[in-house]
Amino acid sequence: MSGGGWVLDLSEIYTEVIAEHSRSARNKREIAQPDFVLEGVNPSCGDELAIAVKFSGTTIEDIAFTGSGCAISQASASIMADLLRGKSLEEAQALTTLFLNMIKREITDDASLETLEEAAALKNISNMPARVKCAVLAWHTVQEAIEKKAGDQQKLCWKV
Amino acid sequence: MFNPYIKDFPVLGQTVNGKKLVYLDNAATTQKPQAVIDALAAYYSRDNASPHRGAYALSVGATELYEAARENVRAFIGADSTREVVFTKSATESLNLLAYSYGMNTLEEGDEIVISIAEHHSNLVPWQQVAAVKKAKLVYLYLDKNGMIPEQEIETKITQKAKIVSVTHASNVLGGMSPMECIVKKAHEVGAVVIADLTQSIAHRKLDVAKLDLDFAVFSGHKMYAPMGIGVLYGKEKYLEQMPPFLFGGDMIESVAEQSATFAPLPQKFEAGTQNVEAAIGLSAAIQYIQNIGFKEIQRIEKPLIQYALQRLGENKYLTLVGTPNPVDRTGVISFNVKDVHPHDVASILDADGICIRSGHHCAHPLMSYLGLTATARISLCFYNTEEDIDRLAESLKHVRRWLGLGSK
Repeated sequence: MSGGGWVLDLSEIYTEVIAEHSRSARNKREIAQPDFVLEGVNPSCGDELAIAVKFSGTTIEDIAFTGSGCAISQASASIMADLLRGKSLEEAQALTTLFLNMIKREITDDASLETLEEAAALKNISNMPARVKCAVLAWHTVQEAIEKKAGDQQKLCWKV
Repeated sequence: MFNPYIKDFPVLGQTVNGKKLVYLDNAATTQKPQAVIDALAAYYSRDNASPHRGAYALSVGATELYEAARENVRAFIGADSTREVVFTKSATESLNLLAYSYGMNTLEEGDEIVISIAEHHSNLVPWQQVAAVKKAKLVYLYLDKNGMIPEQEIETKITQKAKIVSVTHASNVLGGMSPMECIVKKAHEVGAVVIADLTQSIAHRKLDVAKLDLDFAVFSGHKMYAPMGIGVLYGKEKYLEQMPPFLFGGDMIESVAEQSATFAPLPQKFEAGTQNVEAAIGLSAAIQYIQNIGFKEIQRIEKPLIQYALQRLGENKYLTLVGTPNPVDRTGVISFNVKDVHPHDVASILDADGICIRSGHHCAHPLMSYLGLTATARISLCFYNTEEDIDRLAESLKHVRRWLGLGSK
């Protein structure tokens, strides 16, 4: 941003949490027999992510990602995997929505972000409009998987 | 070193993130000199009217300014006649015009369109579309390890089947210059027309479309200090004459009946609708500005600057240059990668130091795939850049890895 007097503080963006997660391979892997593998692409920069999710009933048993991208998109995906693993479908839906609303600056009460745990570290990415897409790519992609799973659940209910 | 031209560009005087702006994204768009800004203000303050139509003096004046701009472009690129200079909104539109008007009407099944793997999407996707419709084949000239088109490729790929050869004069990713004389010679030997995308070279060196014997050439204004929204298509009259209009509507007709129409002579035939007179005048002012400085002076500044940039970037052991290391055959477009750091992070971290560079695939997906890369960081220099800009860049690059928790010493 130029001329506005606002100064970009890199330490708000490239935090230790982001740096660590961007280098970590813990969540960057294939998973065996996933229920969903969904691809997300950021056409402006060529970032490509594939998010794999395995459910156990309606609980996310495992979640991981593969692909290439910048530190922000890789860290965001890794943090998301840590957060959503073990969560129920409803919890995952709520957390994903909360995260995306945080990035859109729709959350003014910082206390409500506590449930996002490390993902709250990405809050300041909204100060860097050029990088917002990198931060949300994984979350938009997982949202699709969650919605598909929720849709499947609904179909099951109808069958009953 | 003192650069007397910086003061001509108001944008360059500002600070970003508390630091003096260092603008190194000239291949994306150049900044505009005061002379161009003044020309636009003068046009709207004094001369604005719809050209080619009104019977009143103001409209006649606007028409004269618009046509004078065309004459300036003609002289600048060495075209024989203003009938060969068509204004478009961009190089992209110029290429689409050629793809639709020339390609769609001349190609037959089995014909070949030859382009290079270094093309910008604007000189690639339109040809894919034409090739699919006409059942023609899109053939690529591949690059050597320095990112240059080898003569061998030209000799073997441009065959009797080739009908259109459309190649960039300078790569927007690698900075390498194409051997245009060699391409023209071979293409004409086999009876193909040559289209040169001059977008990345037009602001940096003297070009003469007639002397080069190009059949068509395209470029945009905004990468040569002119406003956005204006591009040029040069075409030999004998080809433009045979080609049908691309866009239809007002200003490009001769007469219209209920069921048919006849079209205006060149170049109006290709200029449907009210044109961007303001931007054409801005382009003309930019050409005047370039000519006042002269390409000799521009080269005198840019050449050593490119060499200096290659040297300084080369000193960073974590940095890999992509493209030719030879400063002679290249423009000031220099792509690189920082070890283990995505180019987007590089660009964001440099931004915090007030340094503007481009990162990503540069609208050249097939080239990225060919190089085995997903993205690069790219600087692109022009004559208002300085060694100090390069020093700031080199210094800032030293800290990039540290921000990501990687070793930087």
